[in-house]
Amino acid sequence: MGAKRGSMKRLISLKYVIVSILILIAIWQFAFTISDYSEALFPSPLMALQALVEMIVDGTLIASIGASMYRFVIGYGLSVIIAVFLGLILGSLPKVFNYINPTLQLLRPISPTAWMPFVVLLFGIGDLPAIVIIFIAAFFPVLLSTVSAVSKIDDIYFRVSDNFGIKQPALMWKVILPAAFPGIANAIHLALGSAWIFLVAGEMVGAQSGLGYQIIDARNNIRADILLATILVIGLIGLLLDFLIGLAEKRILKAWGGES
Amino acid sequence: MSYIHIENAGKTFVENGIEFTALSEVNLDIEKGEFICLLGPSGCGKSTLLNAIAGFDLANHGSVQIDGKEVKAPSTKNVTIFQNYGLLPWRTVVKNVELGLEAQGIEKKTRREKALEYLKLVKLEDFANSFPRQLSGGMKQRVAIARALAVEPDIIFMDEPFGALDAITRMKLQDDILDICKNEKKTIIFVTHDIDEAVYLADRIVVMTPNPGKVKGVITVPLHHFRDRTSGDFLLVRDKIFDLLNMKTEENIEYNI
Repeated sequence: MGAKRGSMKRLISLKYVIVSILILIAIWQFAFTISDYSEALFPSPLMALQALVEMIVDGTLIASIGASMYRFVIGYGLSVIIAVFLGLILGSLPKVFNYINPTLQLLRPISPTAWMPFVVLLFGIGDLPAIVIIFIAAFFPVLLSTVSAVSKIDDIYFRVSDNFGIKQPALMWKVILPAAFPGIANAIHLALGSAWIFLVAGEMVGAQSGLGYQIIDARNNIRADILLATILVIGLIGLLLDFLIGLAEKRILKAWGGES
Repeated sequence: MSYIHIENAGKTFVENGIEFTALSEVNLDIEKGEFICLLGPSGCGKSTLLNAIAGFDLANHGSVQIDGKEVKAPSTKNVTIFQNYGLLPWRTVVKNVELGLEAQGIEKKTRREKALEYLKLVKLEDFANSFPRQLSGGMKQRVAIARALAVEPDIIFMDEPFGALDAITRMKLQDDILDICKNEKKTIIFVTHDIDEAVYLADRIVVMTPNPGKVKGVITVPLHHFRDRTSGDFLLVRDKIFDLLNMKTEENIEYNI
């Protein structure tokens, strides 16, 4: 019964997805039909699809996705690991955090792209600028959310741990991490979206490969069909990443006794 | 000297520059194996006294000694059971009971056997793999009791453990805790504001009053086990408590003639 209802739900949401995308394509086609722009500057959905097939066939799309994913996994992965690790420690040491928080608040509102020229000057063009931008994009929100999640842990868990003689480092992974996990997971999930957004920005300026570079390259060659096809691919991958991390988040929350 | 020896213990807080006395001049001696209830209205310092003996919030005047040693921090030999259970929601029931055993460095298999044994004692062996959120309040508190007993503590502190439960579940758990005490022979210090609960459970009742929190008197309950909530002796002890708390009206005397 439960499984049947689950698949039913999926079918219904599939219906929404298809209709929603059809509407987008219809508006695009309509705009294409009535517009005065040349086809080279504003292509139709079909032309973008043909460009997509062309990119798949000649292998450029896979190469770009590969380059982007490599940077994304390293930049986002390192950022999350370091931010959570630091957040757990700083959250447990509120007195130390008081000295660090003002600096974090100063750095946090700076757009990661503002660092871009500086990063390119230091590291040159290549993988590193994009990785650094992704790292910055994910780092501050995850760090601050982790600190806040740790500081909001109910005191009773610490009393119980104290009473049963649970000390560091066991306290960290047996109590603090799982207790703060819902807040941390939420921040990791949100940061994934902004990291993906800034990957493209980073590659547009500081790289010679990847999806962001492909957009710049398409513009330079006045291939608006490739440009739009790439944009669609970026959206699709972003959606897929969001779905995957949502799935992982749910799995862990369920294993740790949360609502399924 | 007594097992637990409290001498002139007091606790003061300073809030917004004003000193506030939560507990003043408590003198109390508790013997091993006694069931002591700390009874009084809110603000009488009963939880403050409990926390001072358990080592969570130390007294800042006088002395609190257990087994001849001054209390300085919570000890793994004395376990506290809280009103809101203190179960770790990310652990299954059996893993919650294993918590204290893990810190003792007991091997995994022995740990699991012991945890299941104590879950059986509180009649929750069928819920070993459930998560706390799937249990009722009474069941959660029984898990907390199993978790406390599993580390074989000398003293169990209970801070209004049944305060969040409905009256019927509370009575059932009171019976359970009396049974368990009889079999396990623990020293229990139990905080409550429920007079009937104190009379039903305690060997001695420490009656406390607020402003400032202090001990008004200690009543020995001569009822032993198998207590009847409606018997004359039961009502007599209740009467003494009402007397100490100044809750009896003058009119009672007129009717005595």
